Amino acid sequence: MSRRPVRPARVSLVAGVASVALLLTACSGPSGAAGSTTAADPLRGTVVVLAAASLTEVYGDLAAQFEKLHPNVTITESFGGSSALAAQIVQGAPADLFATANEATMKTVTDAGLGDGAPVVYATNVLTLVVPPSNPAEVTAVADLAHPGVKVALCDATVPCGSSAIALLAAEHLSVTPVTLETDVKAVLTKVELDEVDAGLVYATDAQTAGGTVKQIAIPDAANVVNRYPIVVLSRSTNQAAARAFERFILSATGLAALRKAGFGAP
Amino acid sequence: MRRSAGIRRRGPAVAVWVIAGTALALLVLPLLAILLSAPWPQLPALLAAPETLQALGLSVLTGVISTALCLVLGIPLAVVLARSVSWPVVPRRLLRAAVTIPLVLPPVVGGLALLLLLGRNGVLGRYLAAIGITIPFTTGAVVIAQTFVAMPFLVFAVEGALRGADRRVELAAASLGASRWQVFRSVTIPLVAPGIAAGAVLCFARALGEFGATITFAGSYPGVTRTLPIASYLASQTDLNQSIALALVLLVVSVAVLLGLRDRWLPGVRG
Repeated sequence: MSRRPVRPARVSLVAGVASVALLLTACSGPSGAAGSTTAADPLRGTVVVLAAASLTEVYGDLAAQFEKLHPNVTITESFGGSSALAAQIVQGAPADLFATANEATMKTVTDAGLGDGAPVVYATNVLTLVVPPSNPAEVTAVADLAHPGVKVALCDATVPCGSSAIALLAAEHLSVTPVTLETDVKAVLTKVELDEVDAGLVYATDAQTAGGTVKQIAIPDAANVVNRYPIVVLSRSTNQAAARAFERFILSATGLAALRKAGFGAP
Repeated sequence: MRRSAGIRRRGPAVAVWVIAGTALALLVLPLLAILLSAPWPQLPALLAAPETLQALGLSVLTGVISTALCLVLGIPLAVVLARSVSWPVVPRRLLRAAVTIPLVLPPVVGGLALLLLLGRNGVLGRYLAAIGITIPFTTGAVVIAQTFVAMPFLVFAVEGALRGADRRVELAAASLGASRWQVFRSVTIPLVAPGIAAGAVLCFARALGEFGATITFAGSYPGVTRTLPIASYLASQTDLNQSIALALVLLVVSVAVLLGLRDRWLPGVRG
């Protein structure tokens, strides 16, 4: 192959520099939200919320309500497995507010000195059994998960829904061999919704959100494992005022009512 | 043809060097960071852990099978693609686009597409399920996901070699009485062997690194579907040292593959 001398066009050079500059500004953290500023409302800017996958719907609704009350604030939410989010924060992800699905994962962040004050536990959740509407394996109780041939999806032990599932199955003295261990609770729900597995263990709130796409089989309270949901403002938050205001909103009567309506229990 | 010496001697502008240096740093520094943060003292124990060996074994096994599948299916596809230059423009471009799709598609989308096709409720999968075959959550599903994402690497490498090959040799063989299959097997294949080797190595490296399509289509279960990249991702959530150890294994294998390829890693490109 012969090599031709390359003479870069000035235009592409300028475009390259411009895109680097754009990237840099995009990474420079929370900036003022668009819109007119009202003198009465001192809250402005962006609040980055990292929250457990099981909080997706209710936090989404509450963020929209909060943004209506405070038009100068933008809430940016990222949902995922609690432990993945905790690892991101410990690795320095820029975030203002952190909400997990159990206290153990929260502890990895507060132990690293990244919580501003102690986390507040404001909701609880329990596991429930979900099956596809046709219930192909005729599952009626948790004990059926141990039957050979029943395809079960669980959360991986590294995420709260997985550690709860393991505790629940151990308490019932059941030996279950799942076909897959998913990285968050919504991934388990999806596998059941797609009818690719016969059953899955998810949070009661996820089963409620899923509506008719799955069939829920409740687990008796006595046998169940209760997850406690903590929330904390992060010490590295660059918008403490707005982050605290959103946390107060979640803990307010409005926020708690929305959580109860979504199926979360009171601690 | 003589080139003007003035143009040849002028290198790129300083700004180009600076930006190129930034680009190189972006590509190389993260890998250096893995080496610098690796838990070297604990490394032997981490690498000898049963979960690591299990994930490595599964990754190598599925990678080898996927590469073999890519060779069997991809070489004929490359031949068709190379010959498609004489086709009308629309089918020619459609064929090329179809082969390119896995390269540009987010692997998670590929995995979801495979699930919707081959899942037990999928477009084809429901008929397979009726005769007792379910593919998702099996090692076979890992192989299918890897073959899906790795195939274009093989096809394009072989196609490039075919286009560069001298067709007159094939014509000569045919004129001497060789059947079309004999020409393909005894002339065409040996002619493009370096391209096939390069494609197979790239294909293996891509299969080894597959994550998104695998976790979506095949799930994640130790020893069955939890390959090295998935194990490394899961470990990153709880035990960073374990995650780095697994990442190191992937890095070493990838670099070894590239060194093995030397300059043949893309047809037409010589270092």
